[in-house]
Order: sequence, then structure tokens, then C-alpha cells
Amino acid sequence: MAKIIVDGIEVDVPAEYTLLQAAETAGKEIPRFCFHERLSVAGNCRMCLVEVKGGPPKPTASCAMSVKDLRPGPNGEPPEMFTNSPMVKKAREGVMEFLLINHPLDCPICDQGGECDLQDQALAFGRDRSRYTENKNAVENKYIGPLVKTEMTRCIQCTRCVRFTAEICGTSDMGNIGRGEDSEITTYLQSAMRSELQGNVTDLCPVGALLPRPQNFRARPWEYTKTPGVDVSDALGANIRIDTRGREVIRILPRINDAVNEEWISDKARQSVDGLKLQRLDRPYLRENGRLRPASWSEAFGAIAAKVQATSPDKTGFIGGDLSSVEDLFAAKALADKLGVKNIDARQDGAKLDPKNGRASYLFNASVEGIDAADALLIIGSNPRWESPVLNARIRRRWRAGDFHIAVIGEPHDLTYPYEHLGAGPDALAKVARGEGFGEVLAKAERPLILVGAGALAREDGAAIAALAAKLAVKGDWNGYSVLHTAASRVGALDIGFVPGEGGLTAAAMAKAGALDLLFLVGADEINVEPGAFVVYVGTHGDRGAHRADVILPGAAYTEKSGLYVNTEGRVQLTDRAGFPPGDAREDWAVFRALSAVLGKTLPFDSLAQLRALLNKAVPHMAQIDEIEKADAGALTKLPAGALSGAAFVSPITDFYLTNPIARASKVMAECSALAKGALKQAAE
Amino acid sequence: MQITAAIKSLFLKEFFGAFFLAFRYMLKPKPTINYPHEKNPQSPRYRGEHALRRYPNGEERCIACKLCEAICPAQAITIEAEPRGNDGTRRTTRYDIDMVKCIYCGFCQEACPVDAIVEGPNAEFATETREELYYDKQRLLDNGAMWEREIARNIAADAPYR
Repeated sequence: MAKIIVDGIEVDVPAEYTLLQAAETAGKEIPRFCFHERLSVAGNCRMCLVEVKGGPPKPTASCAMSVKDLRPGPNGEPPEMFTNSPMVKKAREGVMEFLLINHPLDCPICDQGGECDLQDQALAFGRDRSRYTENKNAVENKYIGPLVKTEMTRCIQCTRCVRFTAEICGTSDMGNIGRGEDSEITTYLQSAMRSELQGNVTDLCPVGALLPRPQNFRARPWEYTKTPGVDVSDALGANIRIDTRGREVIRILPRINDAVNEEWISDKARQSVDGLKLQRLDRPYLRENGRLRPASWSEAFGAIAAKVQATSPDKTGFIGGDLSSVEDLFAAKALADKLGVKNIDARQDGAKLDPKNGRASYLFNASVEGIDAADALLIIGSNPRWESPVLNARIRRRWRAGDFHIAVIGEPHDLTYPYEHLGAGPDALAKVARGEGFGEVLAKAERPLILVGAGALAREDGAAIAALAAKLAVKGDWNGYSVLHTAASRVGALDIGFVPGEGGLTAAAMAKAGALDLLFLVGADEINVEPGAFVVYVGTHGDRGAHRADVILPGAAYTEKSGLYVNTEGRVQLTDRAGFPPGDAREDWAVFRALSAVLGKTLPFDSLAQLRALLNKAVPHMAQIDEIEKADAGALTKLPAGALSGAAFVSPITDFYLTNPIARASKVMAECSALAKGALKQAAE
Repeated sequence: MQITAAIKSLFLKEFFGAFFLAFRYMLKPKPTINYPHEKNPQSPRYRGEHALRRYPNGEERCIACKLCEAICPAQAITIEAEPRGNDGTRRTTRYDIDMVKCIYCGFCQEACPVDAIVEGPNAEFATETREELYYDKQRLLDNGAMWEREIARNIAADAPYR
């Protein structure tokens, strides 16, 4: 620890703190453009200049000088810095004047206007008028992908985007070319960015140079109603802010949560918002003579009631979807229990995960924060870059910190960090389990992280692979057995026991022709239901489930309901309602409650609060919002072992941008997907 | 005191005062005008009916910055914006002013960076129904076309004081 006096306030900070951090500790705000907490220090904007006593006799960039660089006074007094002296004021005004020389005065047509760092800081720290009358510099716009619109004349060369793509994304897409006045930020030969996190550069950009293209000119920041929510595009449960204008969701931004997503979200989480408006189911439909026709709620319920009465419970089934909230699945399960149905399952991909093996068998036990503590990583049958890009960025950050051995069993993808590829299938895993090759690294590691993906679990020998992987992962207090799910609802569904009861069929078995006469799909779109059964689809989009359905009941998407989601590490998170579902659509739990009354099996709740009370009684940890209920690692030793097949692990995600019905309805995601597949010629604008 | 009051009332001072005042006004010119055939002079800063202006080349001035919508104390302005189809510039797809809500404070024209929304000299836009006072973009642009000469003259006349 080192002492420093900031504007007369003495603070005690770690010696490696920068002056900027020390000033923040003392409660003094220092303007900055290039400095960002999660990126390396560049020190090129010069906005954070301060005056120091005990250092150079000129203004000093506070982001680049640390407290230990300053000398104490002649009698051992702590060094002093000033953030509001005349020298600092003059320095800031000068820097601001230089920045504004080549910055266009187009705030009225700039989408950043109202949330622009340059605008705010020019007001707070700049001069009130310009002395510059010469011509301004203009820079040609660059094409850098379908998600980010560029207006490069506005760029102030802070290089946050360059550092972000190089350090966090690991794709090094952007760079700075030219010198001095001619320096420009660009991608290599104006190619599109290749990262799944590229949308974050629009948040990082302190000016309006990089803007989200789909939201181009749509709204001003002061028009938004901001609602905290949780992302459902992957199982990480990134914290998001849903910005709505009127009834329409315009954009989604990350919320800072260091334990989950830091301040990044994936492009799918950010830009699939236009899918919330397209292909929506806004009224019930009924299939008559092979065609779906609009119907009223009572007609639809009547048709379902007739079918339920004519069907025995063992020929009825429920399949839970990937985007359903815990409440929706809980209500569906409650209805299934009332009807005496045992065929319920939320594991559409057929993952061999079962709550009866203990909660530890299906959680990311190491926790997302635990990635930082791990000292070796084995990825089994997963492509974390596609299954959860933000989690992958966290792994990359751990790798950048050094001394981190990574190995992959499964398909060799570009994960943005180097790894040892051990093999394609279970043979390689068996070899590691015997302690050969990478097994030695794991044996030496104190906190090995074994990341098991759906590619390894959603197959016949999934349970045996889980048992094998679990053996490698537990060391003392450390439980590194970590399942990376692909569906946002999965852990919640397993927590409430949305799995087949005694003698019940699994999702795959239910989808087979002739297995069932009546099948309820609770937003389940990832499974192909063969002809035969009468299908009731409760969901949001006209996707696979709705096409197969005989009755469609319109539901609410994740931005339109208050709901709980449990992320892959078992963290219970609450999302708020940002808008209302379109037309006649209702929240899924309310649909099941209404249906239950028609069926004469009324469910014991009339409101979300009552439902949550029942849920908390059944599954107590659902009441602990934003907390992880630690799972007992002892259960992992009891996982049933079995025979391994020789087949290679294949990640279930073939197209990162089109994994859920919302993303499949989104035009922006379709464009990204086409670009990723190389189908779109990259147009240089 | 009582003596001066007594003298005033004895010589009918107030009576003659009023009499002379009335007589003086009788000789002055009449302030009453024969509206609508005659009208009072109007300041260039007069805040009357709104108009959306165009540039001389016909391009609409409004760039959908929404500052007028933000500053409007009566929240009478509603704007929706989008990139325009043919050239991708920032334009409004909807620009509504609820003239019933409007309090004619003139903040919208003060906020406008391109002098697009202005309050023109016209105050004679009374209507038979309330609905006619919900102005849309077309109505405002038509106003601009109709009043452009007067509006431009007023802005030029007021320019030295801004």
C-alpha cells in the first residue's frame, strides 16, 4: 500500500494503482477517453492529465502513471496530485480543443448524441467557444460488418476498439494505419469483423464513430425506457438492459456484472432484437383440414380439452423449450402432474443429465468467476466460442494471464487462444483419465477445470463421459466439473425436475411417431416431432414447433415477462418485463393456468406472486436471486460409469447466429449468418 | 387635509379632470382597428402557427435530431425517424405537433439546429374540429411552403440580435 494525497485528501491505495484509480478512490472524477478498466492502458488521448508533486513538472497522464512512480517529499511526505488546479484545467481545455479540431459538429445527426463521452466532457471540461477556423479533416467510412456502422470522421483515435478486438475478442480485426493527422482506424482491407463479440465496440466507442447499424437513426438515448433483464441466447445468462421505446424493444445493452458477463454480451444477445417483432404469434390458431386458422382462446382451449379427455395420461407428453423461464416450466409441470402425465422432458437435445444424480452433475461447478482461478482447462465436446462467446472471452482472459494449459477433445475450432488438440472422441478422454499426456498436466494442476459441452453429453454414452470427466475435476475443495449448457432454460428445468417421471419417456422418445397421442410443446422448437401426435404449441414465434402444431397458443418472449432463469453455473437471475406480448399473447404460465381451469384441473395459483411462492416452497434456492446455491461435489463420485462409444464429439451448434426462434426470425442474424458462411460478398461501401 | 379635500370637492376638480381627459382622447386617432381588414404591426419574433421549412433546393431541412421533441415543455411533438430509403440520410418518417397541447413558447425553434421547425407569423388557423389541430408532417411542410417568404424575412430581420 502507498499513500497519496489527492486534492488534499490522503488515501491509502495499492502501490500499483494508477493515479486515475487513486483519484477515483478519493472520489475525484478524471475525464478519459482511451482508458477503459477492462482494456490495457494506451495513454494516447491525454484527457486524463493531472498535476503531480513529486513527479515530472508538467501535466501527467494519470491513466499511465502509477502511484509507486511518484517520489515522496523531502521529509517523507506522501506524493501529491491535483485534479482541479489551474494547470490541470488549462491542460484539459487544450486537449479538448485539439480533439475537437477534427471532430465534426454533427451532433444533431449523430446517434451517439445524448450518450456521448466527448459531448459530456466537452461540456464539463472544454472551453465554451472555438478558435479554430481552418478546414477540418474528413475520413472515409469503412465497412466493418453488418452490426457496426462507421462514421470515421468522428473518430478520435482512442484505440479502444483496436485493443478490444485484440485483447478480449482475440481476433485482432481492427488496427490503426497512418500517422498523425492521417491515422485511421480500419479493419484489414475493410473486411468484416469476425468476432462474436464485435457489437461491444459500439458500447466502447466514446464518440459516434462506431454505432450499432440495426438501430441506425431509430431513437435517442433519452427516449428509452430501461429495464434490467437477462439474456437467453445462451446459458451464461448475461445481464442485459432492455431499452424500449413505446412498446417496441429497440436495443439491448449489457449490464455490468463481474461475476457473469463483466460488461460484454454476444452479438446474438445484442442484435437479435428485431426477431422479437417478426414472425410473432399474436393470436391462437387451430388446424382445420390441414391448415391453421385464427381462433379464439376459448375455441383453442375447447379443442385441447376434447383431446385431453380422449387421451390417457401415458399417451400425453410435455416438452420444455430452451427459452422458457422457470415459472413457465413450473406451471407446465404442475399441469402435467395434475393430469397424471409422466412424460415430461426439457432436454430436447437428449443430454444425459439427470437431477437424480445430484445438482453438481449438471452445473458449471467451477463458476464463471472460477475460470480466473483455474490452472488447467480441458474442453470436452464443446465449442465455447459459439456456445457462449462471453464465457470464451473469460477463458481467453485467463489464458492471457499466463500459466494456463488448455486442451480440447472434440472438433478443433478456432477458440481465439491456443490449445492442445487431444483427439476427437471418447478414446482421447479415456487416455487422459488414465493419466497419460494431458492427464499429467491435470494431475499436477491444483484447480483443473473440466468444461463438458453438449457435444459430449447429448449422446448415448453421455452419462459415462460425464462420469469419466467428473473424476478428473474434483480436488479437495475445488470442483472443476463444469457443464456448459446450450439452453438458457436448461438448469432451471433440471432444478425443478422437468424430466421424465417414473417410466416416463424422454424428449427424443416422445417425438417418435406413434409414441404419443397428445404432445404439449412449451416453446420447444429444437426438436423434430414426427407425424402422428396432436401437438399443442405454446410459444412465441412461427418456428418449427408452430409449423408442426395442431393448436397454437401465443406466449410471451423473454423481454415480455418477468421470469427467473438459472444460468449454467446455477445462478438464479430475475428478468423484468420490458414490454407486453403482441396481440392476444399471454405469459406461458398464465396460459397453462387458464387451460387448467378449462380442463377442470385448476392450478393452485392466480398470480405470478402465488406461483413464485409455490416455486420457492418446492425449490427453495429459487428465492435466492443472483446467488449460486453450491452443489455437493460428493454426488459426482457416484455418477454411473458405462461403456464408451468410438464416435467423435460434435457440437450441437452448427450456426452460432441461428440457435433459437428469436434469432431465426431476425433479419440481422440472418445477415450475420450468411456473412459467417461466406455467402455474402463483402461490399466495400 | 380636510380643507384641501373640501376645496377639491367644492370646485369639482375630479369632474373637470375627467372631462378634460375624455376631451383629449376625443381628438386623438382611434386605436380600434377594423380586423380582419386591418391588422396591427407584428414583430419578427412573433410566435404563431408552426411550419417545417425546406432548403431553397427543395430538400427538407429537418434532420430528425429530436431536440424539439426533447425540449417541448408540453410534449406536443412526436417524431419517428429512420434512414431515408434513397440516400440513407437521417429523416423523420413522422413529425406530429398537437397544436392543442402546444403552448407557443417557441422552444422548438430555439432548439432547432437547422431552422427547420419555426413558428411563423400566422395566428389565424382556428378550426371547426379538434382533430384538424393535430398537425402531421405534410401539413407542417405545406405551412412552410405557404409562409416561406414571411418566415425567411422574419429570420433575417431578427438575425442581428441572435
